Amino acid sequence: MTVLLNLAIGLPLAGCVGLAALPAATGRRWAPTVGVVVAGLTLALAVWIAAVFDRGASGEVQLVTDLEWAPALGLSWRLGVDGLSLPFVVLAALLVFCCLLYTVRVKPHGGRLRAFVALVLLLEVGMIGTFLAFDLLLFFLFFETVLIPMWFVIAWWGEPKDQPGRVAAATTFILYTLLGSAVMLIGFLIVGARAGTFDMVELAAQGGASLPGGVQLVAALAIVGGLAVKVPLWPLHTWLPDAHAKAPTVGSVLLAGVLLKMGSYGLVRIAVPIVPDGVRQIAPVIGGLAVVGIVYGALACLAQNDLKRLVAYSSVGHMGFVVLGVATMTPAGLNGSVFAGLAHGLITGLLFFLAGAIKDRHGTSGFAGLGGGMYVRLPRLAALLTFAAIASLGLPGLAGFWGELLAIIGTFRPAQVLDRPYFLGLLVVALVGLVLTALYLLATVRRVCQGEDTIGPRLPVLGDVTRHETVTWAPLVVLIVLLGVWPGLVLTLVDPVWQAVAL
Amino acid sequence: MIRAAQTVDWMAVAPAAAVAATALAVLIADLWLPSRRSGVLTAIGTVGVVAALIFVGLLWGDRRATFCVGAADAAFTSCSYIVNQLTLVFQGVVLVGTLVVLLLAHTDTAAPESRLPGGETGFLVLASATGALVLAAGRDLATIVVALEVVSLPAFALVGLRRRDRRDAEAALTFFIVSVVSVAVMIYGVSLVYGATGALHLDRIAVALGDPDTRTGLAAAGAVLTLVGLAFKIGAVPFHFWVPDTYSGAPVFVAAYLSVVSKAAGLVGLVVVVTHGFAAYSDAWAPVVAALAVATMTFGNVAALRQRTAIRLLAWSSIAQAGYMLVPLGAVAAGGPTGQLGAAQSATIAYLCIYAAVNLGAFGVLAVVYQRYPGATLEEFRGLVHREPASAVVLGFSLLALAGLPPGVAGLWAKIVVLDAAVSSGAGWLAVAVAINTVIGLIYYLRWTVLMFSAVPDRRAVLSYDVPPLSGIAIGLATAGGIAFSVLPQIVFGLAEASSGIVGG
Repeated sequence: MTVLLNLAIGLPLAGCVGLAALPAATGRRWAPTVGVVVAGLTLALAVWIAAVFDRGASGEVQLVTDLEWAPALGLSWRLGVDGLSLPFVVLAALLVFCCLLYTVRVKPHGGRLRAFVALVLLLEVGMIGTFLAFDLLLFFLFFETVLIPMWFVIAWWGEPKDQPGRVAAATTFILYTLLGSAVMLIGFLIVGARAGTFDMVELAAQGGASLPGGVQLVAALAIVGGLAVKVPLWPLHTWLPDAHAKAPTVGSVLLAGVLLKMGSYGLVRIAVPIVPDGVRQIAPVIGGLAVVGIVYGALACLAQNDLKRLVAYSSVGHMGFVVLGVATMTPAGLNGSVFAGLAHGLITGLLFFLAGAIKDRHGTSGFAGLGGGMYVRLPRLAALLTFAAIASLGLPGLAGFWGELLAIIGTFRPAQVLDRPYFLGLLVVALVGLVLTALYLLATVRRVCQGEDTIGPRLPVLGDVTRHETVTWAPLVVLIVLLGVWPGLVLTLVDPVWQAVAL
Repeated sequence: MIRAAQTVDWMAVAPAAAVAATALAVLIADLWLPSRRSGVLTAIGTVGVVAALIFVGLLWGDRRATFCVGAADAAFTSCSYIVNQLTLVFQGVVLVGTLVVLLLAHTDTAAPESRLPGGETGFLVLASATGALVLAAGRDLATIVVALEVVSLPAFALVGLRRRDRRDAEAALTFFIVSVVSVAVMIYGVSLVYGATGALHLDRIAVALGDPDTRTGLAAAGAVLTLVGLAFKIGAVPFHFWVPDTYSGAPVFVAAYLSVVSKAAGLVGLVVVVTHGFAAYSDAWAPVVAALAVATMTFGNVAALRQRTAIRLLAWSSIAQAGYMLVPLGAVAAGGPTGQLGAAQSATIAYLCIYAAVNLGAFGVLAVVYQRYPGATLEEFRGLVHREPASAVVLGFSLLALAGLPPGVAGLWAKIVVLDAAVSSGAGWLAVAVAINTVIGLIYYLRWTVLMFSAVPDRRAVLSYDVPPLSGIAIGLATAGGIAFSVLPQIVFGLAEASSGIVGG
């Protein structure tokens, strides 16, 4: 069964290479089909992995492949899956499948479909690999694999009216995240040099025992600092709004849905278990920045006049909760962090799909161009937007609720060594952010969906949600509801992981 | 101390001797052959280099020494020419690099309108490579200086070889002057070291310098000055002035030779001198090397950002890459753990091997392009993938490997190994400098890669050319190396590690 994990990486890679190797004409004609089939098979593999995964032992790493790759470098091809990585693998496979399914009908502006599909499959290799890797250097390899394809996705198929802008956004994205990941690598190497291994299972089992406090602090600063660019944590978020806003729909969905998760996954998978003392030392700073991000994201959203940019900025706030959960260094907070991350992937993925669909229909995603009254002219699309917005603001019963609740519970009772009054202060700020979040999301719904339709009559063609879009988005809607009413589905998987961590 | 003629271990010197003999064979064959038969010359050269590679393979695992002194009393035998894993890895890089360059050169010399004489070209490349092979084995300062000159002198001629070309002549002159000055400084350094220690053999110097009672500023100054000539050879800032002009003035295969074979020669000299001879004075040279590394990376990368022509961009890129190679040696801390020098050495070697493969791939494509479009600007590469997909893919892979990002995975391993060397020696600031430089480097490597894959309104305007079969083989060889190092990094790291356990040997 260990072959499953290797296949989950190998299949999209083979799809990418195969697509690139096809003759141009054949490749062009079959690219979307190949993409859907490969992504579909990969999703099936992810589901199969979830099926054979022993839920009773979700704290343990299962289906392990462990091959020496370059012993002289300390590098191993070490893959595995546990309760923490499994949901992220499924999320990544699902979102890529949705994106490629969407691409069959809704072609990105800029043509060159074969290259587009091949790059999305390469992105999938990096994303799934990141979630399956249990060797620090291997993790780094997959972490870097997404950079070049994402640059192309943003710069070539992004905002059609702003060629220099989208190239600049893509370049800002890649340079920021490369600097972040290089700093993260330095942290990995510090850990490896002192502990003598890059094996994440072994390092997590040691729980930092072989690393003196000073080394842990430096390593944690480098690892958390590097990952914080990817997450992104305020004030390292400046690459994000443009990258999300200029990217094509599929690019935004994958950026927000999965790429940001690679950062937050790194925090809970690597930083917390491997250098716990170091993270505890900087936890107050991380928590502080996280709540600033929550409030900043909400305020920035209030000031936006463009739907895509608004969704982009909302990520800064939501990821603030993800990081706040980590900073509490408690099982509740970490569970919250993971859950909020997954929920954000689904909800913001859906929101970007909707924003893209709205933009395609109106030729703009600016509020001025959208006017009001979408309920009148596109009732289903407006209803979905309202649904996603309400999920995003954390309505109980939908997926957005549990993660932020758990993060807040964690903040209320942070780890023993942390300064509780300080964290209570953070809690107050976070709650203010929560209120502001509800405010801007409801304001958006009111502005875009309600009121009188003054725009519709002027638009040449307007169609509501197509059957194809329904099929593409349905899994996201279903999962948002499912995780909302049955959070245990994920939490029972994730929670046992923390028992082995020296919190 | 006049003795009977020394016995020479011919097997030990076989790789260098084979290449030297081939150089002469090419020169003589050229006299007897009709002028348009440069294929035969290339064939002779190729056979000679492959034979030398076979010798290297046969010697692998051996440790041989020849040209020794002090054999009579046997108390302290020092040898000028030592063959061990370190020597052989560098000789392998030099030989493969020379092979690729010879194949690339064929395209230039065989072209009907060529102004390059085939015989001289082959002879000069092989003669220079002989120097590089000897340099890899040289373990005394006199041998190293002479070998360095043997590398350089034919290279001056190669740069200025194109008949009736003023830019060539200018480039050759710049190259010559900077080289002469830096070698003069190096010889001055060697003389100081000799004055302080009374020895030229690196092992004897190491013993003399290792005695803490005799520590002198004179020896330290000598050690640092000795590095100057070698820093020139690898194109480290501030001894880099010659690189951009020389690369852009010379035929592209010569630039490829300078950026890989000649740079490898300089690097092996530097590695051997500091780890075998001046190990005890690491507190004197390591900061200097670290400063050179940072200056070289940063200056090379920043200058590369502004380049408009492909060859000048690669020239500045190869300066920046030399900076990364120096990082492990610069990170060596005074009084650091034993084995640190060996680790630094193996990191440098690993980086060089990967760099050599992907850089030759990039220069190979450029050589083919420049054959048809001399001096092509980056902008002219726009849309290359639509007309010449193989070239675009190879060049893109090579550039991203130089940048150190997947899909150029080999380059990622190279960056990791250099960062690891810096981090494990505790030189965090060097690691941060490398990280920042990786980001700067990505800007120009990515920009060029993207241009090649961009859409173009009119495909007929895109560069188009025939890839000559030998050039294709050369590029294929280099790229195969780059892919192999990506997929099986243990090849290069295993080699590097095997060659590092013999410091002082």
